[in-house]
Amino acid sequence: MDSSGLIQIVLYLVLLTALTPIIGEYMARVFSGGKTVASRVIGPLERGIYRVCGVDPAREQHWTGYAASLLAFNLLGVLLLYALLRLQAFLPLNPAGMTAMTPDLAFNTAVSFTTNTNWQSYSGEAALSYLSQMAGLTVQNFVSAATGMAVLVALIRGFSRRSARTVGNFWVDMVRATLYVLLPLSIVTALFLVWQGVPQNLNAYVTAETVEGAQQVIAQGPAASQIAIKQIGSNGGGFFGINSAHPYENPTPLSNLVEMLQLLLIASGLTWTFGRMVGDLRQGVALFAAMGLMLVVGIGVTAWAEGRPNPAMVAVGADSLGGSLGGNMEGKEVRFGIANSALWAVATTAASNGSVNAMHDSFSALGGMVPMVNMMLGEVVFGGVGAGLYGMMVYVLLAVFIAGLMVGRTPEYLGKKIEAKEIKLAMFAALTTCFGILVFSALALVVPAGLAGIQEPGPHGLSEVLYAYSSATGNNGSAFGGYTANAPYPNTTIALAILLGRFLVILPVLAIAGALAAKKSVPASAGTFPTHGPLFVGLLVGTVVIVGGLTFFPALSLGPIAEHLMTGVVP
Amino acid sequence: MLKELKPALMMLLVLTAITGILYPLAVTGAAQALFPAQANGSLIVRDGKVAGSALIAQNFVGPGWFQPRPSAVDYNAASSGASNLGPTSGVLIETVAKRVEALRAANPGADPAAPVPVELVTASGSGLDPHLSPAAALWQVPRVAAAREIPESDLRALVARHTEGRTLGLLGEPRVNVLLLNLELDQRTSGTN
Repeated sequence: MDSSGLIQIVLYLVLLTALTPIIGEYMARVFSGGKTVASRVIGPLERGIYRVCGVDPAREQHWTGYAASLLAFNLLGVLLLYALLRLQAFLPLNPAGMTAMTPDLAFNTAVSFTTNTNWQSYSGEAALSYLSQMAGLTVQNFVSAATGMAVLVALIRGFSRRSARTVGNFWVDMVRATLYVLLPLSIVTALFLVWQGVPQNLNAYVTAETVEGAQQVIAQGPAASQIAIKQIGSNGGGFFGINSAHPYENPTPLSNLVEMLQLLLIASGLTWTFGRMVGDLRQGVALFAAMGLMLVVGIGVTAWAEGRPNPAMVAVGADSLGGSLGGNMEGKEVRFGIANSALWAVATTAASNGSVNAMHDSFSALGGMVPMVNMMLGEVVFGGVGAGLYGMMVYVLLAVFIAGLMVGRTPEYLGKKIEAKEIKLAMFAALTTCFGILVFSALALVVPAGLAGIQEPGPHGLSEVLYAYSSATGNNGSAFGGYTANAPYPNTTIALAILLGRFLVILPVLAIAGALAAKKSVPASAGTFPTHGPLFVGLLVGTVVIVGGLTFFPALSLGPIAEHLMTGVVP
Repeated sequence: MLKELKPALMMLLVLTAITGILYPLAVTGAAQALFPAQANGSLIVRDGKVAGSALIAQNFVGPGWFQPRPSAVDYNAASSGASNLGPTSGVLIETVAKRVEALRAANPGADPAAPVPVELVTASGSGLDPHLSPAAALWQVPRVAAAREIPESDLRALVARHTEGRTLGLLGEPRVNVLLLNLELDQRTSGTN
């Protein structure tokens, strides 16, 4: 990678940092129930929704009621989407004549989109009607993102409230996230993307007669509206099978920059929102710093690894030549080159987004390991919208607990004593990730139906399986695409890993929110461990890396690390 | 949780109407009004027939055409895809070696001592990558010039004219759109491929 690549990476990080306080401040106002610039237009719509649905926005919920609303909404979401995918052949807006999804694939897809994962065992333009894309997937792209944000907001209230019984109203938080944050951003982004070349129509697929006289069928559809929200809401499910590598999904370097910014925009902004809502911006900045540090290291490793040519290809006579693109170009697009492909891969897995603009399966061993590690850490390097920060809060509690043990004091965070109950719940959430990734991967490696999907035996095959269940458990949705996942066994087990990684983290987090909200606030004293300085940032990063690293290091050394040692050895 | 089901169902239906029907239809309407060419797929119409999309690669086999990057899905624009082969895959290296050999045989004018540009022998991410780097397009000039019996310098000038720089001088990579390049080539020297 040359200097122009480095400049683009730095530009990206600068823009992301600059936008963080702007969007963060806005979201703080939205979730505190305050008026925003958009209130005059959206306010009546919002109140209308509550009226139609019989929801009293002033009635706050205990954490258990909050969780019950969330689970009911998600359960119905899965059922409706499943029905839509099974029945699409009989429903309108199906110009390409798509048939019903198989039961296991429809289950996998419904679970995957309802949980903000967007794992795709299918290829959009070859499997879905326009109605399924719009009224099915696009809807869940919005509300699954809003669900994640709602859980985070409930947790923030746990810290900011004293001796309180309630953590907010799920319906209000979810609707406000959708109407005030996701929808306006999506409308603007979708139109921008159309300007750059992304299709937005309901036309039948076009049959072209190519210059050499062959026939080429070109998929069409309402792509831009879905692509906008899949980037913004950390969903990641492509309208087209090959996601944002597709020239219709991401046509230009400019569309690429905007889509990349949106991978992290809301998650990054929420660190600021957090600081604002707990009344101490420095706390949010410290979390941003810890996440940013891990992001930059990841980008550095992957950009370096992808910029190097594959020695086996050089040996057979293929390399960069006088200004042609060099490095590892298998599975990458010319308009993005190495830098933008590497940057995207790290950002999309940091974000639990999972959209791709290059094929991670074809990345070099180390370049592909970074995305995998991002997911194994529990998607806390910014992470999914809401989900990333509440996941990080789990590590924050563990970090202050460890710090407390070291000096022999009861740990505190933001004036709340962190006691055995919170730590048990946090450990439960942290262990869920380990369990989902390692147990399901291990199963897939001993069951013939799990092994059947592997494209390449050896260390790379292990990486394919590890990646799949890391992606599922982390609710990321990207894949080492060589692994054949569209079969009953992988479809079902991946869906189970997704459900585990979503709800067995959300429930303990909401329980923590409830427990914290009920506590009194202890005033900071000379003995209080400050949680806004570099020392805390270091401790937090250390906790994330050690818990993640020690758990997964053995598996990684048999997968990507072993493959790295084999690279260049011509078989 | 049962008493939660009614508001949950109503919420799901109302939000489906807003985000799943109204939102995409409103964006479609606005897009069709503001950017109709892009919204309908940036199609290229020649002699009243659609010849392709300016954003989507199509296959070119003849020696008189500039050839795009290899596609794992044979340029199927109704089913995009990649090889997804890993860096140590024997299949990948074998495929690349075969492509190198084929390109060497078809391009005797290229310097045999220099490597073949790696992007010409690796499959793109989408299978529909419409671009080449300028260097990879220039590498094909001797072959195209010989097949069409036109001076190489003309072709170099044509490639230079079709070269897009980095956006705003910063973003992405310099590139040449192969289909647009070939269409102009066709117009200039029609019928001689």
